[in-house]
Amino acid sequence: MTANGVRDLLLRGGRVLDPSAGRDEISDVLLRDGRIEAVGTSLGVPDGAEVLDCSGLFVSPGFVDVHCHLREPGREDVETVATGARAAAAGGFTAVCAMPNTEPVTDNQAAVGFIIRQGIRADAARVYPIGAISVGQRGEALAEFGEMVGAGAVAVSDDGKPVVSAQLMRTALEYAQAFDIPVIDHCEEPTLAKGGSMNEGTMSARLGLRGIPSEAEEIMVIRDILLARRTGGYVHLAHMSTSGSVELIRWGKERGINVTAEVTPHHLTLTEAAVGEYDTSAKMNPPLRTEADVEALREALRDGTIDLVATDHAPHHYDAKEREFADAPFGIIGLETALALVVTELVDTGIIDFATLVDRMSTRPARLFHLDGGTLATGSVADVTVFDPSREWTVEPERFLSKGRNTPYAGRKLRGRAVYTIVGGRVAFRLEE
Amino acid sequence: MTSALGKDLLALEPLTAQQIRLILDTAEPFKEISERAIKKVPALRGKTIVNLFFESSTRTRISFEFAEKRLSADTVNVASVGSSVQKGETLVDTARNLEAMRIDMVVIRHGASGAARFLADRIESNVINAGDGTHEHPTQGLLDILTLRDRFGDLEGRRICIVGDVLHSRVARSNIWGLRKLGAEVAVCGPKSLLPWGIDEFGVTVFKRIEEAIEWAEALNILRLQLERMQAGYIPSLREYNRVFGVTRERLDRAPRDILILHPGPMNRGVEIDSDVADGPHSVILNQVTNGVAIRMAVLYLLAGGRPELAESAKASAPGAER
Repeated sequence: MTANGVRDLLLRGGRVLDPSAGRDEISDVLLRDGRIEAVGTSLGVPDGAEVLDCSGLFVSPGFVDVHCHLREPGREDVETVATGARAAAAGGFTAVCAMPNTEPVTDNQAAVGFIIRQGIRADAARVYPIGAISVGQRGEALAEFGEMVGAGAVAVSDDGKPVVSAQLMRTALEYAQAFDIPVIDHCEEPTLAKGGSMNEGTMSARLGLRGIPSEAEEIMVIRDILLARRTGGYVHLAHMSTSGSVELIRWGKERGINVTAEVTPHHLTLTEAAVGEYDTSAKMNPPLRTEADVEALREALRDGTIDLVATDHAPHHYDAKEREFADAPFGIIGLETALALVVTELVDTGIIDFATLVDRMSTRPARLFHLDGGTLATGSVADVTVFDPSREWTVEPERFLSKGRNTPYAGRKLRGRAVYTIVGGRVAFRLEE
Repeated sequence: MTSALGKDLLALEPLTAQQIRLILDTAEPFKEISERAIKKVPALRGKTIVNLFFESSTRTRISFEFAEKRLSADTVNVASVGSSVQKGETLVDTARNLEAMRIDMVVIRHGASGAARFLADRIESNVINAGDGTHEHPTQGLLDILTLRDRFGDLEGRRICIVGDVLHSRVARSNIWGLRKLGAEVAVCGPKSLLPWGIDEFGVTVFKRIEEAIEWAEALNILRLQLERMQAGYIPSLREYNRVFGVTRERLDRAPRDILILHPGPMNRGVEIDSDVADGPHSVILNQVTNGVAIRMAVLYLLAGGRPELAESAKASAPGAER
């Protein structure tokens, strides 16, 4: 027992996987005072320490989700910071970044401070607010980045709404440099995407649904990359969905332009075929695309062109999804299925290894967004995910800690599950047997 | 009782050629009922049917209503205006309420693609799609096909071109699937801005110019061009549309053969079709309307579990039973 009342934790005998140090070995990890105290073999058990048997499990730096929607303030009926943070912990995430499309919009220091406080009260995964780029996400006046960062914002984004004005995007990329934060864009050219509810292709033609062409995303991807080149700013591209976007990001990175990108588990694992006969649980924005896009995204995640996996966790009330396809809202939840989807569909299929999984879900997101964690280096914050790579389970939405039930994976058998999610040295989630 | 068509008729895409032929063949004896002095048979006596129209429709709604009444069903019409739908009721709740009233069938017209399917998945009653968004309008497709069959007999190898706003047309999709299943060659023609992306993967030929379509086709099914398309910027003007894509007497006169003219209505005379074509000797536009009632009778009869081979006798027993 230590001064702050948190017991020391000894994670014994797990396979310790820390890409930040190139570590992959059976080892013990000792956590003390909210920090990583030691990593090594046969560590002694300090007095009063709790010992967690991690044999057969992976011990990695905690997962970080840089893109989720916690709906508070405004839509506490569909999710709150507390339920979202608990769902995150259940999914193995020790930190999440909450998008600012709340009601009212998180576009000022007071609103950012509210999210911070709610996150602390939740006492689960850490919650980092993302501030809006523009006041009210209206795409007109720049929000006060400096004050929002001062209050705890870690990035800015008008997510859910694309930054339509190239001039505003340029200004944001310039202005954000003073605070060393990423400017995140939801890439969608609004006139091309207008009225669309799924990928534009043969399937949308068949179903008589207005499509969203790949180019609606790609035009904004290249615009943002070019603006990053012009300004020297850092642009992070949210939820990439097309093979064309991958090529454009590759082009930008080859030229040393400061661009990073994320992909969601659903864009890595599903195609537009999931829409089936108007299944609204497969309606998201950007839409699910084609087999070729999924292939390209998987390869891009493997080779690092796409830097990280983010969930775009977007809870909706079941009523909202229980309606005509074109009228249903976009988005699915993802915090509690992300790990298992990546394990089942990318690791078990041999596309990436576990070290890459940890890199893309912990090391890189923490580093790119300048967050604590993402490493097991001695002295760093004790945010640790212990997961079972082969644990089989069935997705039962009614058992989620999130208030959301809107997932296209209901009933799916998956492998891989968080067993202990440790935040600041405290066990925030423990898998019930 | 499961009918030869299943529970519902939502689209022609999932039907087999055999099922389509069954509907067409069942429609044949029903055609004659509408020619009688007493236009009524008891085939659906005691059945309750709701015509649920969330979009305005005159022709389709009346056609269904006549079909239902001529089969002796009890029908109720619900239009979106004046119903609880106007008060913001969801389609789910509408469905549940209908179900609670123990109705047998619902005919639904709705502005959202997939709405008929949505309803069918949630109620036990038979559902007939009377047009859902820009998806399908199966009974219109069937009546178009019946009209073509009346003239051509077997449709195998016959060349039919659908002209106009295919992008927004549920009629076009039902025609494409239905005609192709019966072996016809199908083409579409219209400005590229009004053709769905990926249409060539439907197994249809695409003509960029109406002249090429007329050169090729044995029948044209000419789609209504809605004024909103111009307002939404898909085409510059209705006037230019008529000049470039309009089916005119002059253009048809240059065709190597007589071309059968269909139009699902309502027509914009002078836009997609000229009056002398619509009223000309090769127009079967009114035959389509007549066939519409027979097709809808056939669909209602079959979904209610009526046996196709008994359609003739259902008809025969009619007058006496009604008196």
